[in-house]
Amino acid sequence: MEATVVKTGTEGKTWGGGDHPPLKASYGKLMMWFFILSDALTFSGFLAAYGFSRYKFIDSWPVADEVFNHFPFLHGVDAPMYYVALMTFILIFSSVTMVLAVSAGHQMKKNKVIFYMFLTVIGGLIFLGSQAWEWKNFIQGTYGAVETKSGRIIQFLDTEGNRVALSDIAIESTQRQAHGRSSGIWYSTDETLTTFTIEDIKKGFAANENLLVRIPKLDEKGHPIQLNRQQSLETLNTDAIRVVEGANMYRNEYGTPLFANFFFFITGFHGFHVFTGVLINIIIFFNVILGTYERRGSYEMVEKVGLYWHFVDLVWVFVFTFFYLV
Amino acid sequence: MAHDATSHEGSEKRIWHVFILLTILTTAEVILGIIKPSFLVEHKFLALKLLNWIFIILTIVKAYYITWAFMHMEGETKGLRRAVVWTAVFLISYLMFILLVEGDYIHEVYKAGYIKYNF
Repeated sequence: MEATVVKTGTEGKTWGGGDHPPLKASYGKLMMWFFILSDALTFSGFLAAYGFSRYKFIDSWPVADEVFNHFPFLHGVDAPMYYVALMTFILIFSSVTMVLAVSAGHQMKKNKVIFYMFLTVIGGLIFLGSQAWEWKNFIQGTYGAVETKSGRIIQFLDTEGNRVALSDIAIESTQRQAHGRSSGIWYSTDETLTTFTIEDIKKGFAANENLLVRIPKLDEKGHPIQLNRQQSLETLNTDAIRVVEGANMYRNEYGTPLFANFFFFITGFHGFHVFTGVLINIIIFFNVILGTYERRGSYEMVEKVGLYWHFVDLVWVFVFTFFYLV
Repeated sequence: MAHDATSHEGSEKRIWHVFILLTILTTAEVILGIIKPSFLVEHKFLALKLLNWIFIILTIVKAYYITWAFMHMEGETKGLRRAVVWTAVFLISYLMFILLVEGDYIHEVYKAGYIKYNF
């Protein structure tokens, strides 16, 4: 019989301490706070590692507003950080609807809680979609670059200092056809081939007098050093070994490979938190609809998932600063 | 009961105030990030650009409002508040200090030419 007794979740709400509970919070809420604390330390461990690598490779660290400059339906328009700012607003706004749901829960207004929880879930889903789109652009790349023998990335500029895409440099593509299992040796596949070979780029670069090269070194004022035409030709012809388009775990066209690794890992880990947050919110959303908390006489469960959801927002505020602004 | 209703209204008002504040701070950050005033980019304090100091301080302000207003940290007891916030703040500052100083040192070693970039 014992097992069938429905617990209301309200008994033993204060944690220890008898008549004078020291922290005046329920067990569940305390544990949520300490989970959040440990998770915050995990994230700060990742961000500290990011900071370490960034200082180590400060010369070749990419400039964020050259990397994240896409906006939906605005093709070829340079829109630095507009989209990620929008994503941030969406996440902050879903935090607001969450706290409104908590506040409605305190007043025991079931329909308001349902409405605000719904908006929160929608906000979370939009954010996840935006992040997927952001990843797609990051992986695809915009301009393309060339890797040197020492694994550093050099990028192309015109004489006015604007970035130039590889497709505008190369006159023609002599890239071979990739061999697949059906046309080549059946047990091996080819690596992903770039659109142009390094020879195409060298030839195109030599033919166009307006092109210059930017190397991953900073001048005294902290701006990347731009070589003159003579140095550019020399660097490209002696050091360049590979064309890089977009980003993967080994190399990326934006700068040091670690940048992409940290980007994938930290925004991915945060995205995973958003994903689980959305799942938990959906569960709570249905519980609210079913009237679970109405019967329990307390909407504290909404408050607890609210804490988690705000934490996800809090982490994003830091990720946003360190990946996109600093 | 009447008192209860007004306090709920007050708390919703506060939520919107905090939302507006967070929006303004984020907008300011994005605008600064796009303009990048050359004075703030070219001057440093403790090996960090002034612009980055502004970003980090604004971020901490935002974090404060999210934790205090949205997560209701202001309503918790002093003990809970300190157990959570102090632990995080002190451990993270310590970790950041060690790692960033070390990262900068390794960069200097590279730059001084003990290890060559272009071989």
